[in-house]
Amino acid sequence: MDLVANNLSYKPDDQYHLNEVSFNFKEGNLYTILGRTLSGKTTLLKTIAGLLTPDSGEIEFDGKNFLKIPVWERNVAMVYQQFINYPHLNVFENVAFPLKQRKIDQSVINEKVMDALNSVGLVGYEKRKIQELSGGQQQRVSLARSLVKNAKILLLDEPLVNLDYKLREQLRDEFKNLFSKGLADETILIYSTTDPRETMELNGEVIVLDEGKVLQVGPAKEIFENPNSLKVAEISNDPPMNIIEAKISDNQIRFEGIDVEAPQHLSKLTEDGLKIGLRSSDIELNENGHEFEVELAEISGSETLLHLKRGYTKIIVSIEEVLNFKIHDKVKINFKIDRAYAFHADGKLASSPFGGLNG
Amino acid sequence: MNKLYIFLKYFFIVVWTVFVVAPFLWALTTSFKDFQSVNGGVTYIPWVDFEPNLEGWKVLIKSPAKGGVDIIEPYFNSLFVTCTASLISIILGTLSAYALSRYTFKAGFVKNNDITFFFISQRIMPPIVLSIPFFLFLSSINLLDSLTGLIVVYIVLLMPIAVWIMVDFFNKVPREIDETALIDGCNPYQAFLKVVLPNSIPGLIVAGMFCIIFGWIDFFFAFILTFTEVQLLPVKIVALNSSVTPWWSLSASALVSVAPLIIVAFIVERYLSKGNLSGAIK
Repeated sequence: MDLVANNLSYKPDDQYHLNEVSFNFKEGNLYTILGRTLSGKTTLLKTIAGLLTPDSGEIEFDGKNFLKIPVWERNVAMVYQQFINYPHLNVFENVAFPLKQRKIDQSVINEKVMDALNSVGLVGYEKRKIQELSGGQQQRVSLARSLVKNAKILLLDEPLVNLDYKLREQLRDEFKNLFSKGLADETILIYSTTDPRETMELNGEVIVLDEGKVLQVGPAKEIFENPNSLKVAEISNDPPMNIIEAKISDNQIRFEGIDVEAPQHLSKLTEDGLKIGLRSSDIELNENGHEFEVELAEISGSETLLHLKRGYTKIIVSIEEVLNFKIHDKVKINFKIDRAYAFHADGKLASSPFGGLNG
Repeated sequence: MNKLYIFLKYFFIVVWTVFVVAPFLWALTTSFKDFQSVNGGVTYIPWVDFEPNLEGWKVLIKSPAKGGVDIIEPYFNSLFVTCTASLISIILGTLSAYALSRYTFKAGFVKNNDITFFFISQRIMPPIVLSIPFFLFLSSINLLDSLTGLIVVYIVLLMPIAVWIMVDFFNKVPREIDETALIDGCNPYQAFLKVVLPNSIPGLIVAGMFCIIFGWIDFFFAFILTFTEVQLLPVKIVALNSSVTPWWSLSASALVSVAPLIIVAFIVERYLSKGNLSGAIK
């Protein structure tokens, strides 16, 4: 039972929320929609759920025209980024709600609800009011409510974004467990997120969305290794990939007075307007390196993000330890240049260290 | 410090209680006085200061032929008109408010906010402006001087209040709750009845309270639109006034007319103290 969309467009105001989006989702698979805020992720999920009607395009599910089926008959489940539950019902009643709606036998409901609560680790909380739960627990309740239905299509709209760091990690692991147990082989799981790490960890098929347009589709590894454009490289890396305007000549990459020997996959690119892309993790501090000035140093978790500047070139370096720097400090860095990407002036990938479009 | 705080707290509570309760006590004692006791200086304690009698109360139930005003029928008329009009206003108002909150309406330059404002604008005009069309309208459909006519007019007056309060309330209920209900298999009507409405009880109570209060205290329209067949309490009470101000029966009627509102206030207070008015929706 495939979910197939053809040229979905939705333009409620002067901006496209969806712009000619097409996809073919197969049952039993996990699809991650990766995009920045306002890229159209929620719009896409709501369109699949049936809460929005696109201006043009088609959605078919199981060979049937999905757009003609009202939301309440589609058998989809959705978890919102805000923790949406029914405030007037307790935990048990919340999870039981979709089943009661189907007029299922009470004993079957009890069993299924307890199963669902068990899989999200909320057994013992049945009688609690929703308002008495923490954010993470509230999100578990809405996850349980979406699992209990055995829906053919499960939509998760940035389910972890409003949780604090620790809970997010924990719940993400539980999600992975749930997903890998195979929810049910016939479920299509669609997960939207702004977080590249989450995308890589979930390791599903990735759809990169920007301004309502699909930029690239492929397995997480492929998106990471061979982003087809500058935009995708920015969206799929956190911090975004460093982009350096450089020139390659005589087998040297030249920018800001620095000459770096070009690796083999870049050496033949000599065009104008070339942009070199290098992940923040592919730059390291090195006594014998090139001098940059510190503009800002932020410590995030156990990482230090260094914002550096040299001439007009600004880069971000991530270091796997907590270090203290003062603004205007001089640091010396080295580029792991064999891991550099090159993009044409129009933003298209020119060459990647993983073999995409080797120049 | 702590003792001073407790002392001040109770001091202000006592002062405020006296401030609030005194007028009621005054009305209560006055209602049992006669002409002599009212004009004989300041007296409060029955049987000591003055000799209580039931004359003031009896006037309210005696027929006019015997020199009374008989407020029993107007009292129940008022209750019936207020409750019916409030109930219908709440039902219609809540449905309109939900539609205005969740759906987009467009007719030329008229949009949702304009429609909401149209409802509120009904309350901007002074009653005298509305009285002329109401009078002509009711007389043209033969509903002058009837309970039905009054209910119709009161719905026009009360529904805007309900719409106004409920639009604001529904706007604060996240749309995602309705959407989740739809996804969970409710059609739009079920989503409204099973999910949105149960979470809107606080708003319904506030709206209901305002409707009942505004309906119950109206004098102007009850006065203009009724003559002899039907009378409402506020109009009837005015009939008490004569060359000698009957303080005793005025006090008695003041007490009976404020009674329903006190009961409503107590019910709402009960509900409030259970914490049900807050925190239903974050």
